Amino acid sequence: MKSIFHIATHELRRLFNSPMAWILFAVVQFLLAIFFLWFLGQFIDPAAASLFANYGVTEIVVVGLLQIAGIILLLITPFITMHTFSEERQSGCIKLLLSSPISMTELVLGKYLGVICYLFLLLSLIALMPLSLLMGTELDLLQLLSAMLGLVLLTSSFAAIGLFMSSLTNQSAVAAISTFGILFVLMIMNIAGNTGSELLREILTYTSLLNHYHNLLDGIFNSADVIYYLLVSAVFIVLSIWRLDNERSY
Amino acid sequence: MNKEILISVDHISHYYGNHCAVDDVSFSVHRGEVLGFLGPNGAGKSTTMQMICGVLSASAGQITVAGHDMFESPKAAKKNLGFLPEHPPLYQDLNVDEYLRYAARLRGIIKAEIKKAVETSKQRCGLSDTGKRLIKNLSKGFQQRIGIAQAIIHSPAVLILDEPTSGLDPNQILEIRELISELGNDHSVILSTHILPEVQSVCDRVLIIHQGKLVLDESLDKLQQDDHIRPIKIALRQPPPPEVLGEIEGITSIEQIGNHHFKIYCQSDIETINRITKMSVESEWELYEMIPERDSLEETFVQLTRGESQSLSDEKPDENPDEAGEDSE
Repeated sequence: MKSIFHIATHELRRLFNSPMAWILFAVVQFLLAIFFLWFLGQFIDPAAASLFANYGVTEIVVVGLLQIAGIILLLITPFITMHTFSEERQSGCIKLLLSSPISMTELVLGKYLGVICYLFLLLSLIALMPLSLLMGTELDLLQLLSAMLGLVLLTSSFAAIGLFMSSLTNQSAVAAISTFGILFVLMIMNIAGNTGSELLREILTYTSLLNHYHNLLDGIFNSADVIYYLLVSAVFIVLSIWRLDNERSY
Repeated sequence: MNKEILISVDHISHYYGNHCAVDDVSFSVHRGEVLGFLGPNGAGKSTTMQMICGVLSASAGQITVAGHDMFESPKAAKKNLGFLPEHPPLYQDLNVDEYLRYAARLRGIIKAEIKKAVETSKQRCGLSDTGKRLIKNLSKGFQQRIGIAQAIIHSPAVLILDEPTSGLDPNQILEIRELISELGNDHSVILSTHILPEVQSVCDRVLIIHQGKLVLDESLDKLQQDDHIRPIKIALRQPPPPEVLGEIEGITSIEQIGNHHFKIYCQSDIETINRITKMSVESEWELYEMIPERDSLEETFVQLTRGESQSLSDEKPDENPDEAGEDSE
């Protein structure tokens, strides 16, 4: 159990040793700040007041911002997860890990925890933006909480998928691009759900990563959505463990 | 030797796809023994070492480290194991202290002892002054030493070093050899190398692996005692006709390679050599050079691994009986 923690802190230290982690912080904050300003401008624009008659600031600004945040995280998570195993393999450091008294499960969970810690730090920075509205207005805090939970779960599943893709290859770039491809397909699957038979449409819409996020953004806490994300994360973590276990035979 | 067996390798094989890299290899190493692992490139040395360390799994067979089965209870086995792979597994963006602390934690050293363990292993590998430097800024030799430091940080019972002296300067090589001999007193060490004198200076036993098969498992002492027929190059300033030299007892054949130089094939015992020098003095041949062409280990190595790469050995004396294949099926 302790080794999970050691691997996670090591992962974090290495992330923060590289400029990548800091630049991603800065870029994400910058992009979201632009959107935040834009949503806020729309909301307080008197001309548009009639448009948003039935909506509060939480629905317009907070939900809008977090929806964009979901898409930006889709773009940046592959850059964080791509190093996890590819680089270890490329540099040969995987041999240090494999010859140490730690199990594959501990290794994968440690890596996952490290990546997740970084991403959650990023999420807490994102959360500060809507929270700053509290200075001037009231917010629907429960909806904000539900939406943040959605973002946390979404990010966790992104990270698990990225981790798995990284365990497949020894080239970081390949891991990043393939993670991005998979995440993107999973996201837009509900668009494909507009065509085809009833059953296919149901399946495609349900498996889409984004679909379940929308419920939580709207403040609808459905345990099925939560379980969906936990399941996606668990499946890809287990796949990574299998993959690494298997790799030793070759 | 009655000492406890620390590594036991039992009929292991490893396949890369259809290619058999290691084929039914068995041996064991006792406590306090330094084992030299030799073989041409691609013979399966690294694969075997990685299997012993649990980095690769064996397609067949059993490996026991310090009494723990590597595949049944890998954690217990790996606790007793230090491994330096061919390329030291270093994180370039960490400094030496950070890296060694991480290695110590991974090896399960308790928190209170980490600092001491890091200091001790740094000192043993001559890294005391480099603690705060980034690994990527250090030279290859230093990186190699960090690799060794991480392998010995938890003073494991079993130490597996894949080419530990590659990239080091001659002084460092001597230091590392001393370190290995010192570690060999109460640990078991397996080291692979291409440098034969290195094996002679630190190892107690030699394994030679060729095309995945173990072709020799012999103690170094025994190997060096063997009476092989071996070429010696001599140079005489006033040489007699070759026939006269050929009459000296113990010399089997002779070959003139220059006005003053001869190659002599003889039993490599002291008496024959004494006879040659004595004759030279008595007959005033003025011997001024006497160089053994190959030593026993080199010769054994070449002989056992010659199969595929004929060009390695351009000149060979007569075949001699050997214990090749004793341990391989």
